[in-house]
Amino acid sequence: MRVLAALSGGVDSAVAASRAVEAGHDVVGVHMALSRSRAQERQGSRGCCSIEDAGDASRAADVLGIPYYVWDLSEQFEQTVVADFVAEYSAGRTPNPCVRCNEHIKFSTLLDKAVALGFDAVATGHYARIERTDDGVPSLHRARDSAKDQSYVLAVMGPARLARAMFPLGDVVSKDEVRAEAAHRGLGVSEKPDSYDICFVADGDTAGFLRDRLGSAPGDVVDTEGEVVGRHDGAFAYTVGQRKGLRLGRPAPDGRPRYVLDIQPVTNTVVVGPVGLLDVYDVTAKDAVWFADAPSEWAPCDVQVRAHGTTVPARARAVLAPDGVPGGVELRLHEPLRGVAAGQSAVMYVGDRVLGQATIARAAS
Amino acid sequence: MTYLDHAATTPMHPAAVEAMMIELGRTGNASSLHASGRAARRSVEESRESIAASLGARPSDVILTGGGTEADNLAVKGLYWARHAADPRRRRVLVSAVEHHAVLDPAQWLERQGAELVLLPVDADGVLDVAALAEELARHHDEIALISVMWANNEIGTIQPLSAVVATAAPHGVPVHADAVQAVAQLEVDFASSGLDAMTVSAHKLGGPTGTGALLARRGLGLEPVLHGGGQERGVRSGTLDVPAARAFAVALEHTVLDRPTEAVRLAALRDRLISRATEQVPGAVVRGPIGEGRLPGNAHLTFPGCEGDSLIYLLDSAGIACSTGSACQAGVPQASHVLLACGVPEREARGALRFSLGRTSTDEDIDALLAALPQVVARAQAAGLAGVG
Repeated sequence: MRVLAALSGGVDSAVAASRAVEAGHDVVGVHMALSRSRAQERQGSRGCCSIEDAGDASRAADVLGIPYYVWDLSEQFEQTVVADFVAEYSAGRTPNPCVRCNEHIKFSTLLDKAVALGFDAVATGHYARIERTDDGVPSLHRARDSAKDQSYVLAVMGPARLARAMFPLGDVVSKDEVRAEAAHRGLGVSEKPDSYDICFVADGDTAGFLRDRLGSAPGDVVDTEGEVVGRHDGAFAYTVGQRKGLRLGRPAPDGRPRYVLDIQPVTNTVVVGPVGLLDVYDVTAKDAVWFADAPSEWAPCDVQVRAHGTTVPARARAVLAPDGVPGGVELRLHEPLRGVAAGQSAVMYVGDRVLGQATIARAAS
Repeated sequence: MTYLDHAATTPMHPAAVEAMMIELGRTGNASSLHASGRAARRSVEESRESIAASLGARPSDVILTGGGTEADNLAVKGLYWARHAADPRRRRVLVSAVEHHAVLDPAQWLERQGAELVLLPVDADGVLDVAALAEELARHHDEIALISVMWANNEIGTIQPLSAVVATAAPHGVPVHADAVQAVAQLEVDFASSGLDAMTVSAHKLGGPTGTGALLARRGLGLEPVLHGGGQERGVRSGTLDVPAARAFAVALEHTVLDRPTEAVRLAALRDRLISRATEQVPGAVVRGPIGEGRLPGNAHLTFPGCEGDSLIYLLDSAGIACSTGSACQAGVPQASHVLLACGVPEREARGALRFSLGRTSTDEDIDALLAALPQVVARAQAAGLAGVG
């Protein structure tokens, strides 16, 4: 097969590309330039996006003996990922930019261009497994290394795009295995630290990034009775379930810690209250993607609502979304989840297989 | 492999490789006083005399450098610093809008240091607007530090009207530098009769090794050094002389000049076939730069509508054909060419550019291989270009 290996400059994508080469595929490395104003050197814990990272990607391609190109996707990334990230926060929701990037950049713009140029598949360094039925229908599964599993951020691509994806690292047992393999293959990135921040928020300061884009918008922090208990500089800087950094002047009457329960963008108000009110049992979601037939009756599954978050048993059924269009999902959780916010992705699993994915619209206790 | 990227670098001439190998086996610092130093110095000076003779210059005009970029930097910065120091009113740096980055970027750097950068406009074929230069000189002659206009353009092959530039500048006493890196291998270049004050040459574009070149600077031209140190090369370019590279440069240049009249005719014929067939075969393909006499014999440059240059490069590379988009990357990302933009080409069209450049080893078969692959490659790149937009 002709395989396009996306090379971020990190160790995972380099080893994924190397495994694709090893498997006998005709591999070409592509580094996506996602920012117009790229820093010369790596900053903090970001694993991509600097010129130094592009150099690491280029060097990995040289070691593997594969051609290497840089594709400028910065315009699409700014429009579909960064702008959406800002808009979602300003609307009081909690977006996941990695999900958005997988949906609109890696497995859309990049994949479409690759296919048009004659590639059969796009290989990335994601930790997830793809299995195929005898008819070749792919299903998405958790990685063998559950600590590194990234099926949560990949589910959004759906089955059609999954058919063109390749995750050579799905079977590794640990990151150490990947690093050892990188060292063995002579890939200089073997000791490069893991990245975990949002790649376009250089210093990890999401609130500061949002403030730069949205400006300061002071408003009230209120308790569940509506009484003002503090002030904030912009409701967008808060997420449901947040406890730290609330800067509340007075302690709660019962002395117990308070959490962000709700963000109300219209009135620019942040609602805080006791942890018990964060428990969510009912979730309504939209824009569903299914890897099997959409369940019209209640189907048992496990639900995860954030990357590396806990999973709870639940049942799910496909319904009309709140706005009346198809693609809605209702979820009944058998155990409560805390800090469920609109905008997050809900991924439904059966065992380690992904059943479907949807974007949370409403959560209720 | 079909190599159509001679403007990036061209194979070393076998005689230059041989000469270099012999020198690499010898020891000697050309600045040393003992016997091995004298031998090294003799080799360098003979190389210098040969380079000068090949380029119509005097040996003392030749300042050996570590390549074309260094020579351009020395010319632009060195002339500016010297002329500005002699008269602080001289803050204007005049360069054509289609210069190579090795001229453009030092000029922009000087601008950040307080100089005034004037980009001289070009027409749709990339030919300098000499009237605009004349007007600039008439208005600001005592404020101009230097003029730099390339002999021939590295992307679209445009040969600049240098004699007109020199004639326009001469009455005002403003020095003129030309980057002749792409010209020397294919055009008759005679430094003395050109009337230029300074000229850049690079060895690896004409069959010599990379990392060596020269600035020809007429005697008496004030130049501040960029590199300070041991005072080699008239005190303008310090650093231990690279004897093997100088020797190989001289040998490659001798062969280039000897073969140039026939090579120019041969390459022009290949180029004309490439351009006429490619534009016939690929609907919408547009030649950029002048047709015929006004263009470097070995340069063909085309834009293909709806394509990204890097898609074209990738598809041709997979088909075993090496060429270039012609423009530089910025931060590793392909950019629309400043040369095409200066010629008035819309950015969208400029993104689908390919430069095919021919040289000593180019053959009819190379052109055939390209023409056989090109229509399919362009069709596929167009499909990918549309995919990228959606």
